[in-house]
Amino acid sequence: MLTVRDFGFNEFFFLLTGLWWTIGLSLVAFAGGVPGGLAIALARVANGPLRRYFAKGVIELFQGTPLLMQLFLVYFGLGLLGFELSPWTAAAIAFTLHASAFLGEIWRGCIEAVPKGQTEAATALALSYWTRMRYVILPQAFRISLPATVGFFVQLIKGTSLAAIIGFTELARAGQIISNATWQPLLVYTVVGAIYFALCWPLSRYSKHLESKYALADR
Amino acid sequence: MTYQFDFGVVLRNYPILLEGTWLTIRLSITAMVLGLLIALAMVLARRSRFWGVSAISLAYVEIVRNTPFLVQIFLLYFGLPTLGIRMSPNTAAVIALSINVGAYATEIIRGGVESISKGQIEAGLAIGLRPLQVFRYVIFKPAMRAIYPALTSQFILIMLTSSVVASISANELTYVAQSLETMTFRSFEIYFVVTIVYLILTFLLSRIFDFLYGYLFSYPTR
Repeated sequence: MLTVRDFGFNEFFFLLTGLWWTIGLSLVAFAGGVPGGLAIALARVANGPLRRYFAKGVIELFQGTPLLMQLFLVYFGLGLLGFELSPWTAAAIAFTLHASAFLGEIWRGCIEAVPKGQTEAATALALSYWTRMRYVILPQAFRISLPATVGFFVQLIKGTSLAAIIGFTELARAGQIISNATWQPLLVYTVVGAIYFALCWPLSRYSKHLESKYALADR
Repeated sequence: MTYQFDFGVVLRNYPILLEGTWLTIRLSITAMVLGLLIALAMVLARRSRFWGVSAISLAYVEIVRNTPFLVQIFLLYFGLPTLGIRMSPNTAAVIALSINVGAYATEIIRGGVESISKGQIEAGLAIGLRPLQVFRYVIFKPAMRAIYPALTSQFILIMLTSSVVASISANELTYVAQSLETMTFRSFEIYFVVTIVYLILTFLLSRIFDFLYGYLFSYPTR
């Protein structure tokens, strides 16, 4: 006999397990995206045209294609190269690359927003490239970048829901499973949506708060 | 490595890929138009004197922008039939995309309207422009100029997001790719080609939008 489960505490707990993987995937992608994004941003504002064009190409490739395709290409592409990838590894790699490209573009803008006089002054003081970046440019760019970076993190959390499509059991996939088991899609997806909202909304608010705080400070 | 790439399978199926591409374009344009209408209504609602009306507008924008599109479309396509509302995958896709782009466009348009200061409108009236001229030259054109870049990149974004509607089997480009994959098992080749198609679409769209910007909004240089 076919038995249909009710949406009870166990089902909700299963969704929370999914939430844990959503958070994990977002954090891994963000942690990988920080060094990747910094490298791309620095290459994008470098003097060498080769590095600049390479970084520009990477950014346009990731901004011009659907996230879902990026995920598929990593998942199936690395499989062809002989790597047996679990959906978790494929998703972690794909989202790291995605985050690197987007953070690279965000941070390029922030580095360029630091007044040019700062670079000139640092060069006049005979600071080396790395000293100039480390102590003069990046600390100022960091402050400018915070609102957009937090905003991108929200995008990333929402984006990880696509990992459900390659079969990684994060929050959205957990929702699908529970929905199929309970036959209560309306209730289940509303709860799933509410959990995402509870995760993303405070971050969005924080991003807005940072934006207005710095806008006031700069006035 | 023994794998032999075979792009022939993909290229031989170009008619259905073109069909999928065409549906992707149509979905995006329809969603953008409907989304802009929703956004205009929501911008007005946000400025309403009635507390409830502006609260609805605020809730709409925050809920849509802080939940994944995949969950929104699942809720619409799998959830609503519980309430007796059934739609075809393509209809659900258009509605979900419109609701999604509407929320982002609301924020963009609101920013544009707020960028016009009251002093500018008063100045326009003071130099003897008629109210309609004030609307056209002082409010509409500068506001459009201010929001045009954000709105057009939102359009490209919704075109890319539309790939997600494949998950409810709306038969646009990504769905066509997925069904070709199950028929031929040439997953990498197919997704590679389809990714290139999306890249070309993005490139063409941004060129068209750049051209239109110069045509519509450039100030006279002298």
